[in-house]
Amino acid sequence: MLGAFRSVGIIILNFFQNVGGTFILVGQVLGCVKELPRTMEQTFFQMQEVGIGSIPLVMVTSVFVGAVSSVQAAYQIQDYVPMVFLGTFVGKSVILELGPVLTALVVGGKVSASMAAELGTMKVTEQIDAMEMLAIDPVRYLVLPRVVACLVMLPVLTIFADCLAILGGMVVANIALSVSTATFTEGLRLFFYVDDVVSGLLKAMAFGVIIGLMGCFNGFRTHGGAQGVGRSTMHAVVSSCILVLITNYFLATVLFRIIFYKGA
Amino acid sequence: MIHIACRNVWKRFVTNSVLRGVDLIVNPGETLVIIGQSGCGKSVLLKHLVGLVDPDAGNIYVDGEDITQYRRKKLFEMRMRFGMVFQGAALFDSLTVGENVGFALREHTDKTDEEIAEICERKLRMVGLDGVQNKAPSELSGGMKKRVGFARAIALDPECVLYDEPTTGLDPIMADVINNLMIKLKKELELTSVVVTHDLASAYRVGDRIAMLHEGKIIFTGTPDEVRRTDNEVVQQFIKGSAEGPIEAGFE
Repeated sequence: MLGAFRSVGIIILNFFQNVGGTFILVGQVLGCVKELPRTMEQTFFQMQEVGIGSIPLVMVTSVFVGAVSSVQAAYQIQDYVPMVFLGTFVGKSVILELGPVLTALVVGGKVSASMAAELGTMKVTEQIDAMEMLAIDPVRYLVLPRVVACLVMLPVLTIFADCLAILGGMVVANIALSVSTATFTEGLRLFFYVDDVVSGLLKAMAFGVIIGLMGCFNGFRTHGGAQGVGRSTMHAVVSSCILVLITNYFLATVLFRIIFYKGA
Repeated sequence: MIHIACRNVWKRFVTNSVLRGVDLIVNPGETLVIIGQSGCGKSVLLKHLVGLVDPDAGNIYVDGEDITQYRRKKLFEMRMRFGMVFQGAALFDSLTVGENVGFALREHTDKTDEEIAEICERKLRMVGLDGVQNKAPSELSGGMKKRVGFARAIALDPECVLYDEPTTGLDPIMADVINNLMIKLKKELELTSVVVTHDLASAYRVGDRIAMLHEGKIIFTGTPDEVRRTDNEVVQQFIKGSAEGPIEAGFE
């Protein structure tokens, strides 16, 4: 009985420790933002790692997500709504939701795992301590470039993913569902709002910050050798995916019910 | 020259009390060697001296100032006066040897790339390495990595160098090379040094004084001769390397 209380206590303590640690890291990152020009070289390198390194993954994911959303939408509307609205359904769902969220999930899994593994290995081999001993702030040198790279590259990848997903949906509509390209694009244009694209990109920026922070935070708290690196990598992927999904709900509420609300 | 003092330093990791009231003084210009069993907290104590680990209680003074009260910026300023050689060298594996040695120079000085390259070459020559600037750390042997770690530690001309198990994992000849190097650097750069080791040959060779850490406390401090002649049973058991005695070896 006492053991159960102890286990629950440890879980609760760990939770608050992680939340507190994340906020401290956010504070430290904000504290060294003014030194960003000094880390531009590392930031550009990380942008390449996050952006170019994720392109194949985003390509495959987006094309098939677009294709399946086209098939699903056609199945759901076939008896009730004219097929001219197929492009509207695909476009709306991709731009508002599937593009930003799925890009964040697949890129987040790859990027946060790689960051946590890299920084975790640096931590257990004392490279982070060595950096501290050289009077170089590891948050400024390692975390800031990664978070900024994710913040910038996630919206870029999301635009790329949106385009490919719509293209994938259009090709499937044309080939498998007999909906012409002209009909599909007409539907796409019908209810196209720039606000939708902006809100999708704002979400992508927030997801980018979450992915960068979770990768770095979990890397920095690694201890215990190879097993510890594995554990941190797993925590980075799980925490970034969960936080992306939770944040998505709150952002959707703020963006679509308050900021871009088009109701009466 | 730098003066370091620990006053009643306590540190606990979850349920393991590693340091239980450590008092220690490092005099300017001396080489103090801290010996003790594996896992007794020697490296943790070393990291306390430069604020890499915060004590749960107690104070650490560098030139009379309590560094446990320092904010990060002040801590970084203080660390510029120190160099540290890590057990596994801790070289940045994404950088070349030259970039490792010149890393702090690039960050903290306005020197040109040519000047930095010249300083790196000089520091590497001091540790007996030449022509390795463009190699990756993964291409080096254990002894070479350690020496690159030495070169990186002295790149900013520190007043004090901390050595964490400098001879561990090296063959006896390379261990002697490293010992000679520590003595040479101390003389040439007039360094204060703190060495953590359980290699007694190295401790006798490089140490002006030796302190033994046991069960979280410094139980003995003296010159190498005093260590050899002490009647302290714990120290005697340790230097004789005997399984019999007051130190429990961990199994029957």
